[in-house]
Amino acid sequence: MDLPRYHRLRSAYYRLEGQRCAACGKVQFPPRAACRGCRERNLEPYRLSGRGTVFSHAEVAQAPRGFAAPYVVALVRLEEGLLVTAQLTDVEAPDVTIGLPVEMVTRRLQEHGPQGYLVYGYKFRPVLPPREAS
Amino acid sequence: MRAQRAVGIAGYGAYVPRFRVSTADISAAWRARGAVAPAVAEKSVPGPDEDVITMSIEAARLALDRARADQAAIGAIWVGTESKPYAVKPSATVVAEALGITPHLVAADMEFACKAGSEAMQAAVAFVGSGMVERALAIGMDTAQSKPGDALEYTAGCGGAAYLFAPADDALAVVEASVSHVTDTPDFFRREGAAYPEHGGRFTGEPSYFKHTLAASRRLLAEIGAAPADFAHAVFHQPVPKFVERVAEELGFTREQIRLGLVARRMGNAYAGSSLLGLAAILDVAEPGDRVFFCSYGSGAGSDAFAFRVTEQIRERRGGPSVGDYLDRGQRVDGYGHYLKLRGKIKRS
Amino acid sequence: MRDVFIVGIGQTAVGEHWDRGLRELGAAAIRDALADAGMERVDALYVGNMMGGCLNGQENVATLLADAAGLLPVEAWKVEAACASGGAAVRAAALAVAGGAHEAVLAVGVEKMTDGVPDTVTAGLATAADQDYEASHGFSFVALSALLMRRYMHETGRERGAFAPFAVTAHRNAQTNPRAMFREPLSAEDFSSCAMVASPIGILDAAPVCDGAAAVVVCAQSMLRPHHKPVRIAGSAVATDTIGLAERADILTLGAAAHSAAKAYQAAGRGPKDMDLFEAHDAFTIITALSLEACGFARRGEALDLAAKGCVAPEGCIPLSTLGGLKARGHPVGASGTYQIVEAALQLRGEAGPNQIKGARRALAQSIGGHGSVAVTHILEV
Repeated sequence: MDLPRYHRLRSAYYRLEGQRCAACGKVQFPPRAACRGCRERNLEPYRLSGRGTVFSHAEVAQAPRGFAAPYVVALVRLEEGLLVTAQLTDVEAPDVTIGLPVEMVTRRLQEHGPQGYLVYGYKFRPVLPPREAS
Repeated sequence: MRAQRAVGIAGYGAYVPRFRVSTADISAAWRARGAVAPAVAEKSVPGPDEDVITMSIEAARLALDRARADQAAIGAIWVGTESKPYAVKPSATVVAEALGITPHLVAADMEFACKAGSEAMQAAVAFVGSGMVERALAIGMDTAQSKPGDALEYTAGCGGAAYLFAPADDALAVVEASVSHVTDTPDFFRREGAAYPEHGGRFTGEPSYFKHTLAASRRLLAEIGAAPADFAHAVFHQPVPKFVERVAEELGFTREQIRLGLVARRMGNAYAGSSLLGLAAILDVAEPGDRVFFCSYGSGAGSDAFAFRVTEQIRERRGGPSVGDYLDRGQRVDGYGHYLKLRGKIKRS
Repeated sequence: MRDVFIVGIGQTAVGEHWDRGLRELGAAAIRDALADAGMERVDALYVGNMMGGCLNGQENVATLLADAAGLLPVEAWKVEAACASGGAAVRAAALAVAGGAHEAVLAVGVEKMTDGVPDTVTAGLATAADQDYEASHGFSFVALSALLMRRYMHETGRERGAFAPFAVTAHRNAQTNPRAMFREPLSAEDFSSCAMVASPIGILDAAPVCDGAAAVVVCAQSMLRPHHKPVRIAGSAVATDTIGLAERADILTLGAAAHSAAKAYQAAGRGPKDMDLFEAHDAFTIITALSLEACGFARRGEALDLAAKGCVAPEGCIPLSTLGGLKARGHPVGASGTYQIVEAALQLRGEAGPNQIKGARRALAQSIGGHGSVAVTHILEV
C-alpha cells in the first residue's frame, strides 16, 4: 500500500520542505543526503516559499492508472531559483502560459479507490489576489 | 461561559473553492417547469483535488500568517466537519503536519453536524482560557454531500474558516462570553456508510434550527447583559437566507446587521463552515470597537453562541485573500452533469 | 581490452503479438541470432527488459528466456536501464567479451507491452521517472517529454511543425522494413494537425505501444569464422544524469547522452562528422532533436535547422531512423536499444535492402532511458 513511503515524504509533500546547506547556503528540493552544490552533509530543513512562475507546462490527456485526465502538469521555477515538477490546479489548460506567477497549495494527489488511502501533496495554482499578504 | 483568562481570535482565514453550480441547472434536471425558484442562485463546489483537509490547510495557513503566529506555541487543533475524508483517521493531524506544528499538541476531528466548527471554537477558548495552551486552532470546514434531487442539493455548498485563538492581548477580536444549548433533536442525520444524509423536512425548522438558535442567543444576551442593538454585526448558521432573516427578526437584529455575514446568498450552506465563514466576512471589514454576535446551529441538535469585541489589532491582520476575494473568483461548472462528476455522484463501478 | 565483433543478429517483427508472450518473442530472436552467427551455444545471455515485472508480473526474465531458448545452464541475467535496457544489454555483452570473461555472448532485448490496458502501460512507463517526485504526481512519460518540447519551442521560437521531418523520415523509411510496425507514410500536414496526447505532443509525435524482441551475438576475434560479416563495436559507453527532470543542470541538454557519446567517440577515435547514420532514440520528436544536439550534430537549439534542411533523410548528411526508428519500426521499450544495434549492423553489412545508406561504414546508435537520465551509446564500424 506504500503507506510508509508516503509517510516518509510528508514534509516534502505537505509543506514543500527541502533543505538549505549550512556550508554554502544552497537551497535544494527534493531533500538529499548531501548538498548538490558543495557535497557537504550539513543540511537543515528549509520550507520553500512556494512562490514561482511556470517554466513549462503540458496537459495530460492519457493519465497513468490512479489519475483522472485531463489535468495540467508543469515545471515551476521557484523563487529560490530551482525547478520543481508538479501538477497545476485551479486553472484551465488554455490559460496557462510560461511565466505565469503561481503559488503552492496542498491538494489531494491520489485517492486509491473509495475505500483506499489518500495522498496529499503540493500543487501550484495561479496566485490568488490580492498579491500583498501580511 | 467565560474562561479563567480573557481570550480572543489572533488570526483567521477563510476558504471557498472556485467552482460554482447554478441551482437553476439542478432544478432543470429534477423539477417541473415553473417550480419555485431555489433559495440561492448558485452554490460552491469543491474541485476534484479538494476536500476538507486541503481546504482546512489553506484556511489555517492564512490564519497563521495573519496572526504572525509562533507556531511552536500552538498546542491544539480541531477540525469540525461532517464530510471527513476518512471516517476513521483524523483530518486534524494531516492539517497539523501541513502547517508544521506537530508533534506536541492535542489534535482531533469533531462532529456535531453544522456546529462542529463552533464546537472547535468552544474547545479552543477553553484550552487557551484555562492556560493549558497558548494558542489553539479551531477549524470549521465542509464539502457536505446531498442526495441528488433532494431539497438540500440546491443549498449544500462548501467552504469554511480557521480561527487561531490566543490570550486576549494578542487578539483582533476578544471573546466576551459564549454559550451552548443542546438537546437530542433528530432533525437531520447520516448513518455510518451512507452516502447522503436524511432530514425531516419542516421538522428542521421551528423545533430544530429556530428553537436552539433562539435559546442559545437569548441566553448569551442575558448572560452578558446586552441587547441586539449593541452589536455592529450578527452572524448565524445559514441553511438558507430566509432562516437567517427570520431568526434575526425574532431576536431583534436588523437586516443591515446580518447583511455582511450572510455569505450563503453567494455560495450556499457550508455546513460546519457556514457560520465561521460568515464571521470571517464580517471580520474582513469590521472596525475596532465593533461588537459581533455569533450563533451557529448543528442538527442533532444544538447551537453555540459567542459575543466578540473587535480590537485595534484587526487593522494589521487582514492581509491576503478576503472572503470576498474567494467568492468573487467563482467559476460556473458546465451544467449539472459536470457538477455530478466533480461531486463523485456518478456511479463508475 | 579486446576487440568485440557483432557476428549474429535476429529480430521479430514489431507489432501487437497477441499470440506470443515474453518467452516466445525472446526465444525467436535468440534463435535467429544464433542461426545467423552459425552458433549453437553462447557463454552468456544478457536480457534487456524494462517492464516484465511491473506489467507482465514476470521478473527473472533472463532465466525465462534461457530456458525457453534451450540454453540452460548458461549464465544469464536481466539488464535494466529503463528504455535503454536493450542497449545496456549489448553494453554488458561487449564488456564481458572485451574484458576476457567470455568468448561469445548473446544480448537480447524483449518487451511485451500489449498485454496491459492503456492506463497500466502508462503507469508502467512512468516507473522510469522519479517515482516520488514525478510519477506519484501524475506525470506520465509523455507529459515529461511534453514539458521539454514546450520549453524548447519557447526558447527557440519554433512551432510544432518544425519537428515533423523526424516523424516523416521515420515513416518513410519504415515503409520498406518488413519488421516495422507502421508502414504507412506520414505527411507533415498529418503531423501538424493530429490529436494531442499531452500538448504539445501529439499522437503522431510518439512511439507506439508494441511487442518485440531483437538479439545480437557478440564475440572475440578468436571466434570469427569465414562466413561471418563482422561489425566491430568501436565504442560503447553509458552515462547517467538526475532521475528527476527538474534537477537537471539544463533541462534542454541531455547530459547523459552527451557524456556517453563523448566517451564512445573517444574510444572509437571518431567524431560526429565520421558517422554515416544515427539510430537515435526517437521515442518523441523532441528527444530526437535533443539527441542530435547532445551527440554533436547541432548546437543547442539548432537541431530543427538540420531537420529543415533535409539532413536527417536517407540522402542527407546524418540519416536518422534508417529502418523506421522507434517512431515507425516501433518502440517495445526494453528491446529498442537492441533493435538499433541490429539495424545499424544490417546497414554496415550492406544488407539493408531498399533502406541501405550508401557506403555506410560507421554507425552511431544511442538508447536513452527516463528522459535522458541514462544513455547508452555505441559506435559500430566495418
